[in-house]
Amino acid sequence: MRVAVIGSGIVGAACALALVEGGAEVVVIDRVGVAGETSSRCEGNLLVSDKAPGAEADLAVASNAMWRSLAERLDADRPNGQPATEFEAKGGIVVAFGGGEAALERFAEAQRATGIRAEAMDVAALAAAEPFLSPEVVHAVHYPDDAQIQPSTATQALLDTAIRAGARLVIGEVTGPLGRPGGLSGVTTTAGPIEADVVVNCAGPWAGEVAARLGARLDIRPRRGVILVTTPMPQRVFHKVYDSDYVGAVGSGDAALQTSTVVESTPGGTVLIGSSRERVGFDDRPGVAPAAAIAAKAVRLFPFLEETVLLRSYFGFRPYAPDHLPVIGADPDVAGLVHATGHEGAGIGLAPATAELVAHAVLGTTTALDPAPFLPGRASLQETA
Amino acid sequence: MTGAAAAGAGARRVAILGGGPAGLAAAQAALAAGAEVTLLDEGGRLGGQYWRHHEQLTDRRLQHGWARFERLKGVLDRAEVHTGASVWSAEASDGVVRLRAVVGPADATSRTALEIEADAVVVATGAHDLALPVPGWTLPGVTTAGAAQALAKRDGVTVGRRTVVSGAGPFLLPVAQSLAIAGSEVVGVHEASRIGGLAAGWLPRPWQLAGKAGELVEYVGALARHRIPYRIGSGVVRVLGTDRVEGVVIAALDADWRPVPGSEREVACDSVALGHGFTPRLEVAIALGAAIEGDRRGRFVVVDDTQRTSVSGVYAAGEITGIGGADAALAEGAVAGFMAAGGSLDDDRMRGPLAVRRRMGAFAARLERAHGIRPGWTSWLADDTVICRCENVTRRTIADRADAPLRAMKLATRAGLGACQGRTCGRAVEAIVAEAGGSPEGFDRRPVLAPVRLGEVAALGRGSTVVDTEPARCDDAGTTVAAVDVQ
Amino acid sequence: MIRITVDAEPLEGRDGQTIAGVLIGAGRTAWRSAQTGDRGVFCGIGVCHDCLVTVNGVEGVRACQREAVDGDRVEREVRA
Repeated sequence: MRVAVIGSGIVGAACALALVEGGAEVVVIDRVGVAGETSSRCEGNLLVSDKAPGAEADLAVASNAMWRSLAERLDADRPNGQPATEFEAKGGIVVAFGGGEAALERFAEAQRATGIRAEAMDVAALAAAEPFLSPEVVHAVHYPDDAQIQPSTATQALLDTAIRAGARLVIGEVTGPLGRPGGLSGVTTTAGPIEADVVVNCAGPWAGEVAARLGARLDIRPRRGVILVTTPMPQRVFHKVYDSDYVGAVGSGDAALQTSTVVESTPGGTVLIGSSRERVGFDDRPGVAPAAAIAAKAVRLFPFLEETVLLRSYFGFRPYAPDHLPVIGADPDVAGLVHATGHEGAGIGLAPATAELVAHAVLGTTTALDPAPFLPGRASLQETA
Repeated sequence: MTGAAAAGAGARRVAILGGGPAGLAAAQAALAAGAEVTLLDEGGRLGGQYWRHHEQLTDRRLQHGWARFERLKGVLDRAEVHTGASVWSAEASDGVVRLRAVVGPADATSRTALEIEADAVVVATGAHDLALPVPGWTLPGVTTAGAAQALAKRDGVTVGRRTVVSGAGPFLLPVAQSLAIAGSEVVGVHEASRIGGLAAGWLPRPWQLAGKAGELVEYVGALARHRIPYRIGSGVVRVLGTDRVEGVVIAALDADWRPVPGSEREVACDSVALGHGFTPRLEVAIALGAAIEGDRRGRFVVVDDTQRTSVSGVYAAGEITGIGGADAALAEGAVAGFMAAGGSLDDDRMRGPLAVRRRMGAFAARLERAHGIRPGWTSWLADDTVICRCENVTRRTIADRADAPLRAMKLATRAGLGACQGRTCGRAVEAIVAEAGGSPEGFDRRPVLAPVRLGEVAALGRGSTVVDTEPARCDDAGTTVAAVDVQ
Repeated sequence: MIRITVDAEPLEGRDGQTIAGVLIGAGRTAWRSAQTGDRGVFCGIGVCHDCLVTVNGVEGVRACQREAVDGDRVEREVRA
């Protein structure tokens, strides 16, 4: 089986590895190369804490477990040049300021019922866990399964491993389909035609455009997220720490600027502060408004940040579907086309489970996951298409 | 009288970024054309790198063209001037330029927020030294040539007592002179270019040196007075020492700057000043949307005859449009300021600046031909030589990841991700990536334009009122009018 | 004449000097601990951030850019 994977972000890299290890002959096609876009412009969150009970939460819990063994494998016996994933099971702490404690506790209670570990913390435990946190925080929930990864290097490690297992990377842009209408036998690219029995569309926020070039319809839109990075400093943040308003923002389709605070340290000594969400197409001039809003909330959470030097900021585009669920599985109209996109801000965390579902769709390999909620032909997507 | 009152109602508002030769000339010309001018500079004093000074600490022998500086400053009482202003954000849209700065002591907390809105902006952010990596260059005692110059001029100190100067270009000469006057023996000045390259660059049109020649002759005289040897076709290829500089290895360099085998010799010294060229400070121009042209050997802001960039209302002058020295910067600044203020190139007052700009443009081209960085320099690196000083990333680490897109390479190796954001190592990293077969360009985009504290950014997000500071005043006046002064 | 302390040790400098100027004037060439050894001034014009110090409790101040003020308390920064 020859498979062409379009996109070498985290989802494309994870799919390439799963497919090549499932016995497929894999070619990965990317416009710029490994982790050139969204996967190097995000935070590397492997979260269960922000997921309300439902299909995506189940996928997140399964994928979170998969990352633990995957990261260990990628980091063991790294060959020259292959970067480390920097996987760290540091756990997350969601905090509430006065007035927000009841909503946070209700959310956590619902999560516990689905098997997500969410432990209420008293003030003493919180002070011990995060001594630099604002004293105005009144309630906190600890999520021991939240983890962090360096998304760009993890993507590179995944693709390096896939390539060593026999996958091939081609730098080029997909221009159209090969084969008869409605049935693909590969793609044409700026680097020449690539024949394939199955084409897997892992083009992230550009997946809708790629689908259109291949004669399919897929409603995937970009959402812009800005992240701030401080100068390196002695460690003062020990977990992933979120304001509980993070929970409210993830599923929203509102176009206006929204921010929610996520603060964490990196192995490099910097503090990473995210994130904003704006539906502004592929506009690449975020201006200062998102940075200012994020900074204001971060300083409220960790007052020491007031005096910390902002080193840089970056932004990326997250792919989302109108119903805010990932889109994974066979295209309903075009035979030989499989999609894996729409992960919004959760693509890094969901990549291993997504790859397992893609291998299932392409090669028929077994999976304990339920593919149904994520299929591109689902009713909630057909209404808007 | 404030800038606004001086210019009258309805005048064009021109913001000028940078108080070096280009920015000061722009301010003078914009004022002459009737604009309301606001000038911002990150330094505590105006003058930029060229006229860096302190009233009590600077030895007057180290200043050049000082009368011109005083004349330029003299007209600034009609402008709003902010020194110590770190511009951390710049946006241009719908014909309006918006700048955000914090004003106060360098890197202090809770500096005064300043928001400037203007109809046009002249970006004159200049350049900083490009010191190529050399094994041992992270040892204390190794500085850029510009640092040696700045410390001597601004603070009256030298890092060591015995200094070797190495690199390329005529800038090495005033650096050696400054070191000698400020109290260090200069063991030698090593110019990487060979006689062939120098002849190709300098000899065909010596008359274009007019204006520059006097200054150069003065430096050569200073070298002779201080008995400083000047050696072409040679350079420092390794710095020796354990905790600090104890010496250097000097080698003869071929036409491509490859060390000639067998030519190495050790020289004892306690300090080294390296300067292989200049890197333009492009981030503000890029943030404003201005097009950049060139490759990793030199990327500059594209400007037309009027010094306008690809963006309406955004002008650029000085080293960010091409390394040409102070005279070129003065001329370009005058044109940029005058045009940003709504003036015309046909105005009589533009004749002088246009003539100088023409002459100096050719000078810049010859400078690059004679002294431009040659690709062989990477052969003096060892695999374990640190290239990125902030994150201590070695040449081998970078080369191993050269096939990844630049962004992925940086995230995998951390090269260019440290405190200086690739300002110091960017061009060297690009050269190593290119040598290893990658496509490297793109170290110039920096959304955060200057160090700023999160609390200062947050103040904007909290919707607090932006406070306009009382502008600083320059009250020393000069009245002499020279050919290129626009009044 | 101004007096500052560097890691509690008193140093004297000339009025108007930068913190880097005072340190170098006092014979010091390095005052920050990086992973590959100590660092001091490199670029001297605020670009490279090699010369960072903590001044009066505020981290990340470029010694080559900050004018020293009588009584300044300067401390070494260590990058783990």
